[in-house]
Amino acid sequence: MVGAAVLVHDLEVVRGGTTVLPGLSCEVPAGRVTGLLGPSGSGKSTLIRSIVGVQRVAGGSVDVLGRPAGDATIRARVGYMTQAPSVYLDLTVQENVGFFARVLGQSRSAVTRVLADVALDRHRDRVVSTLSGGERARVSLATAMLGTPDLLVLDEPTVGLDPVLRRDLWDLFHRLAHGGTTLLISSHVMDEADRCDALLLLRDGLLVAQATPEELRSRTGTSSLDEAFLRLAEAEA
Amino acid sequence: MNASVTSAVAVRVLQQLRRDPRTIALILAVPCVLEFLLQQLFGRQSSVFQEIGTPLLGLFPFITMFLVTSITMLRERTTGTLERLMTMPLNKVDILAGYGIAFAVVAVVQAALVSLLAFGLLGLDTAGPKWLVVVLAVANAVLGSTLGLFVSAFAQTEFQAVQFMPAAVFPQILLCGLFVARDDMAAWLRGVSYLLPLTYAYEALARTAANQLDARFALDVAVVGGCIVLAVALGAATLRRRTD
Repeated sequence: MVGAAVLVHDLEVVRGGTTVLPGLSCEVPAGRVTGLLGPSGSGKSTLIRSIVGVQRVAGGSVDVLGRPAGDATIRARVGYMTQAPSVYLDLTVQENVGFFARVLGQSRSAVTRVLADVALDRHRDRVVSTLSGGERARVSLATAMLGTPDLLVLDEPTVGLDPVLRRDLWDLFHRLAHGGTTLLISSHVMDEADRCDALLLLRDGLLVAQATPEELRSRTGTSSLDEAFLRLAEAEA
Repeated sequence: MNASVTSAVAVRVLQQLRRDPRTIALILAVPCVLEFLLQQLFGRQSSVFQEIGTPLLGLFPFITMFLVTSITMLRERTTGTLERLMTMPLNKVDILAGYGIAFAVVAVVQAALVSLLAFGLLGLDTAGPKWLVVVLAVANAVLGSTLGLFVSAFAQTEFQAVQFMPAAVFPQILLCGLFVARDDMAAWLRGVSYLLPLTYAYEALARTAANQLDARFALDVAVVGGCIVLAVALGAATLRRRTD
């Protein structure tokens, strides 16, 4: 049993008068790829924002790498990719990643490395506004990987990518996990669940299941994870 | 504060501006055109041009940088880049200082250019040192930048941010003494003018133009400096790590 990189206990988040997370508890195992799955509006992004410490929370606790989420001492150890690519559209790929590298005190070689990791090295001199949505997302992903953080929190990193690139990125995620990085990756596509070591299934701000893909299949007696999610959701209702 | 983070932010803001040559052209050309219009309107020798030419020259950067900073910062807030920065190990003041330095650099160019034109070609004269006019113009640019940063927190869209310019800047221009001497204002207006930073910025420029570099001038400069510090503090308070 590996330790938990993230411990969420009774987390309560209210946004704009609506309770998004009514009291969520879960954990993210260290050194694994954990998939955060659920339909859109289920609270995935809110949970992710709470873990990286930018979400105002109403109650409960979130511990990350042994410290409270957002604590100044762990900021350099957590990489975060927002759902919408948070990059400067009027800068080139190189300038974007280079800027965040300087903020993080990373070298130029770190920039070269992360751009190669997301297969953007050919486009380094292109202004981001001229890139496609998927390419912009990869600039954002490259930025999150700067400084080889211990915890990588990625909000839908593979949306809009072609299958080859998607496979390459998932291979990269597993290589990172093999090297000791903890990854939490949200997705609303169930076929990505199978690529994860562990799963958190979210629905209406509640944890439907926390298990490995195999456990989910055997527990629900189905072969497809899509079907497994449906059964779990119906059992709840 | 961290010098490498501050310089990274400053360089990045300038890189963004460089991608937008039209905005650079507007920043540099508009004050020159306005100063030229002013001279044409009143005539080279007129006391009006000689009296308001110098203060106006020093106030242009305030207006420009207020607008440019509030829009740039609003973009930073709405595109998620600020949220990303907030998850990183940096101090909020580093961001603010980076912005201030970047726009001060632009203001140096802007103020130098319009000064060269006004003092060189348009026949504007000033009793005090001309370099001091440029220095004050740059200080006003930093003041405009910091106020713009603060105000951007209250705008959700670029439309709103643009409207904040007349809302926050025009009353200050009307009441600073440029159009009506503050001694001739109704008492309550004069009272309000004491609360507005631009009043002191204008005073300092007018005193430089008249070469009255006395204790009152020093006080005006000190108030402008204090307002910059206050605006940075207010701006930092609006940069929240945690949001809804």
